[in-house]
Amino acid sequence: MTALTIPTAAGLAEPALASQRVFRQALEAMARPGTVVGTEIVLAPPAPLSRAAGALILTLADFETLVWFDRAAQSAADYVRFHTGAPLAAQTADAAFAIVADSTNLPPLTAFALGTDEYPDRSTSLIVEVESIAGTGPLMLSGPGILGRRPLGVHGLAPDFWHQWRTNHRAFPRGVDVFLTAGARFVALPRTTTVET
Amino acid sequence: MNASSPLQVAPAAGTTEGYNFGYLDEQTKRMIRRALLKAVAIPGYQVPFGSREMPLPYGWGTGGIQVTASVIGPADVLKVIDQGADDTTNAVSIRKFFNRVAGVRTTEKTSAATIIQTRHRVPETPLAENQILVYQVPIPEPLRWLEAREAETRRMHALAEYGAMRVNLYEEVARYGRIAKGYDYPVEVNGRYIMSPSPIPKFDNPKLDNNPALQLFGAGRERRIYAIPPYTKVKSLDFEDYPFTVERWAQACALCGATDSFLDEVIVDDQGARVFVCSDTDYCEDRRKQGFRGAAPDALAATASGAS
Repeated sequence: MTALTIPTAAGLAEPALASQRVFRQALEAMARPGTVVGTEIVLAPPAPLSRAAGALILTLADFETLVWFDRAAQSAADYVRFHTGAPLAAQTADAAFAIVADSTNLPPLTAFALGTDEYPDRSTSLIVEVESIAGTGPLMLSGPGILGRRPLGVHGLAPDFWHQWRTNHRAFPRGVDVFLTAGARFVALPRTTTVET
Repeated sequence: MNASSPLQVAPAAGTTEGYNFGYLDEQTKRMIRRALLKAVAIPGYQVPFGSREMPLPYGWGTGGIQVTASVIGPADVLKVIDQGADDTTNAVSIRKFFNRVAGVRTTEKTSAATIIQTRHRVPETPLAENQILVYQVPIPEPLRWLEAREAETRRMHALAEYGAMRVNLYEEVARYGRIAKGYDYPVEVNGRYIMSPSPIPKFDNPKLDNNPALQLFGAGRERRIYAIPPYTKVKSLDFEDYPFTVERWAQACALCGATDSFLDEVIVDDQGARVFVCSDTDYCEDRRKQGFRGAAPDALAATASGAS
């Protein structure tokens, strides 16, 4: 275990109420993929963590969940460890949550835990920082949670991400689920979502 | 706690001090919340979770209560029904519980609720996008009556090996001339997992399909959580030549005259006289307020006032 530097940035004020608020938004986002939600939670996590990514990981992680940080997000690792008690994942495949600050260098989605056929829930939930998210754009989402199709615009993802996403979708019921975060906004992509580019 | 916080809403009357918001501790809520997110991402798949001891026995909705407690916030309005009724012991107790430990407002009106916890019914009033329906589930495994071993049913789900379920339904056709299941009628979710809709009458099965609301299922004793996201295809299992049908009544509701709702048969006196009334009390009352009348609008007046 690496020594932990106590961070100066605060965690969630009023944890019970704030985490309930963030969770409900996460649930809404996961249940209605492509819906862009914005958190009003007051939080100033250290760079490069966005407010949305910080709120999500502080709401969902604890001593039971291994969290993996990409190289760019290492500087926020102590903040998350201090406030949640979550242990660090040595490898992507061990992670319950993965925080990716440099989305252009995202490891292949298949490198994360995909669950098994018997336990597809034992898979990594990724929190990927991107430049911007919008409820309009060239992407067309469909699948459970979406009436017809829903548009989405995302800037700052590696060009082959959507190709990888198709492979992830086809592995159903196995696969990763992704939160894309930008500033205070986030959007969820469960493995059931089909994305036309 | 900071009273000027934007997260705070003045607690409703009757709140008990000294409990964490929503009774459960934060770590338990996080564990359940993680299970819920995975359940929504894998529609119809049963996610194992560490069900906690609750201050009421198994079978009284411990699974549903834990799901509600992990989802509910100060701004929510909670409705609880038991077999469609807002005024039965189980429903009243659970409503009161959340009023005490979360200080949330409660309602009996389907349309006014943001979270509806239910035992054995889906409300007749169509649900909306801003609503969450939480089912109390006694036995979450639809294959359990066919295969007792958990390892085996888990493998059957993993391989989508559902032949035994089809044979079981076929045997009912061979024996009774129709699929005889009246409640807990198995469904296929999003073309993949076979799921138990909990012991709702099959009359309610079509409401699961493409519902605008999010549907969450909690089984406390069996320690399973599962979900149906909004606008998801849910198909009741059947055969081409024996299509799925719902039950119909020759009668209309004696109180409100509804012909489109699920009816309960109620004995109203010592002579065995009986009437059929809506099982969904809110729906029935709403219709009566709108001026609809059945054949015997006062049929339950004697029983409701406690006279025998």
